Amino acid sequence: MYGILASVINGLLVGAIYGLAGVGLTLIFGVMKVINLAHGAMIALGMFGLYFLAAYLGLNPYAALPVVLAGGFVVGVVVYWIAVHRVIGRAELMSLLATFAVSMIVIGLGTAAWSTSPFNVHVSLPGVSFGGYTIPGHHILASVLAIVVAGALYAFLYYTRLGKGIRAVANNREAAELMGIPSSRLLAVAFGLGIAVAAASGALIATLFPFTILSGASYELKSFVVTVLGGLGNPAGALLGGLLLGFIEGSVTPFISGSWTPVVEFTLFVVILIFFPQGLFRVGRGR
Amino acid sequence: MRKLILALLVAASLTLPGVVAAKDIVIGFTASETGRLNADSIPQMHGFELWQKQVNSNGGIQVGDQHYKVRFAHYDDQSKSNRVQQLYARLVTDDGADFLFSPYSSGLTATAAVISEQYGKPMITTGAAEGKTYTLGNRYLFQLYTPADQYLASSLDAVKQKDPNAKVALVYSNDGFSTAAAQGAKDHAKKLGLNVVLDEAYDPSTSDFSSILNKVVSSGADVLIGGGHFADGSTLARQLQEQDLNLKMITLLVAPDTQKFADLGDAAYGVSVPSQWEPAAAFKPDFGPTSEAFTKAYQQAYDATPGYHAAGGYAAGLVLQHAIEQAGSIDADKVVAALNDMDATIFYGHVKFASEQSRHGLQVGHSMVLAQWQKDSSGKLTKEVVWPGSAQTAPLLYPIK
Repeated sequence: MYGILASVINGLLVGAIYGLAGVGLTLIFGVMKVINLAHGAMIALGMFGLYFLAAYLGLNPYAALPVVLAGGFVVGVVVYWIAVHRVIGRAELMSLLATFAVSMIVIGLGTAAWSTSPFNVHVSLPGVSFGGYTIPGHHILASVLAIVVAGALYAFLYYTRLGKGIRAVANNREAAELMGIPSSRLLAVAFGLGIAVAAASGALIATLFPFTILSGASYELKSFVVTVLGGLGNPAGALLGGLLLGFIEGSVTPFISGSWTPVVEFTLFVVILIFFPQGLFRVGRGR
Repeated sequence: MRKLILALLVAASLTLPGVVAAKDIVIGFTASETGRLNADSIPQMHGFELWQKQVNSNGGIQVGDQHYKVRFAHYDDQSKSNRVQQLYARLVTDDGADFLFSPYSSGLTATAAVISEQYGKPMITTGAAEGKTYTLGNRYLFQLYTPADQYLASSLDAVKQKDPNAKVALVYSNDGFSTAAAQGAKDHAKKLGLNVVLDEAYDPSTSDFSSILNKVVSSGADVLIGGGHFADGSTLARQLQEQDLNLKMITLLVAPDTQKFADLGDAAYGVSVPSQWEPAAAFKPDFGPTSEAFTKAYQQAYDATPGYHAAGGYAAGLVLQHAIEQAGSIDADKVVAALNDMDATIFYGHVKFASEQSRHGLQVGHSMVLAQWQKDSSGKLTKEVVWPGSAQTAPLLYPIK
């Protein structure tokens, strides 16, 4: 019984980080209808950002998180103006190809610079033990920080003028422009925020597990599952989707072989797409 | 005038004794310079390169009364089997490879084997322990590693002697090599009468082992045996320490063999690894360098202590060189015949290939040791040979703490 409880807790903790990664992906899609295939590469950049800040500048990994967020925002804005801005409003394939190209460039450069050997950020915090099972302290802290970052983004979008502007552009870009909102600039800010959140999730993952420049790919896939669970374009739903995915992983692994977990996850992905195309956390079913 | 000079040059080249055009033997291979296998594959490639450098600086390989320089044609396979298939075909058809070395890992090697058989190019496989490929009727494959199903036997033998009632958890990557090693371990544990309380396979790309480790706790296991390659094995070792599982013995495949494993610090302490070769091995070679000479040369070239992947790479070159010299020819079938007849000891240990058709090329001469990360008197992590007793450089730490 303790074993199942420990597994579910572990699942929920890591699920919060999946959720944060999903928030970044869904924010970008929700605002500009761009499926960001560079999401995994940006998660990986966040991992390396934290590593270099901790290893070379001696920053505490948790204190480095705001720096990663800021760096992610800048990278996001730059990527937006270079690769995304020109393809907004054109066929979806264009933005898919543009962001895929960015992903290939980042992974190629990262592979050349850092190879694909695993890197580690050494963090150790006292954990919580019960019945022979231990929940490591840094897993708990990473999950709390993921929820804090997602909460801060939510507050920004709902309670600040800039955030409301982004939501207005997401709802109806032309109407927002008629109201005097500079939509291109806000799209760049939204893209920057999405990448910042992705980088932050990567940084938090780096405090838990070893990583390479290729590590973002598996979290990108999980982000897609999370956004489908939560409903595309719904940041709060993505966080809940992440927690749900973590819960499912934690609940099924005590009973099935670990190799089957991706099978369960992606079966769920297809089932949700068919029966709840707007996500589990949205009112209304698919047409 | 120009015609006269040309005629004189042609005449001179035909009549001057001892002037022989330089010839090359082309050896093709791919290495996983990038991708999830690169930490294990790069030392193997360094082993190939060190051998090539030494052979060429000694005048090359002697074939009859001629000397052939060794030239490599190689590519990065990115740890992907689809690239291996394309690249090995290219190595043979475009680059003119006379012989092949295998890529790293059993999975990639099984793919490359299709090409070596198709084109009839002898391939020395190293870093590829799965035995199944050698039961498919291949004629040109020769395996240097002890087959995978014997990898974990020494660890279980040690457990049986130290703690016959120990409960064993098998946690392993579900790739071909690790699954074959785990299957061999299961059979061996049954033979020894050891109690296997958990049998859990995981995806090779797993980075979060929390739920699997919870299963290990639930099973009440004292000993964990398994792993896969460097990326997953080092992650597993780190999380074993973080979750404080209090195990008496941990044996992981492959990952703990590399020096980089010591970067894990305390998480590396006590972890053991089945090893094809250790620098302390003191075999008396029939040909080639001693372990000591190889280790020294490797350290000078790469500023790192060689593990068994590097030794396997060098040994692959050495074995091929010896076979070519014995054959006195670079004809593929003559070299294959020499490899079939080989029964030799080199710095890497005993090498003999099965020559019967049902398991042609399988390694039947080489045996493995068990090494364990321990601490020396200054507290620095060091790898010691702990099993079998005859090769021991330090006693096995059991239980670890």
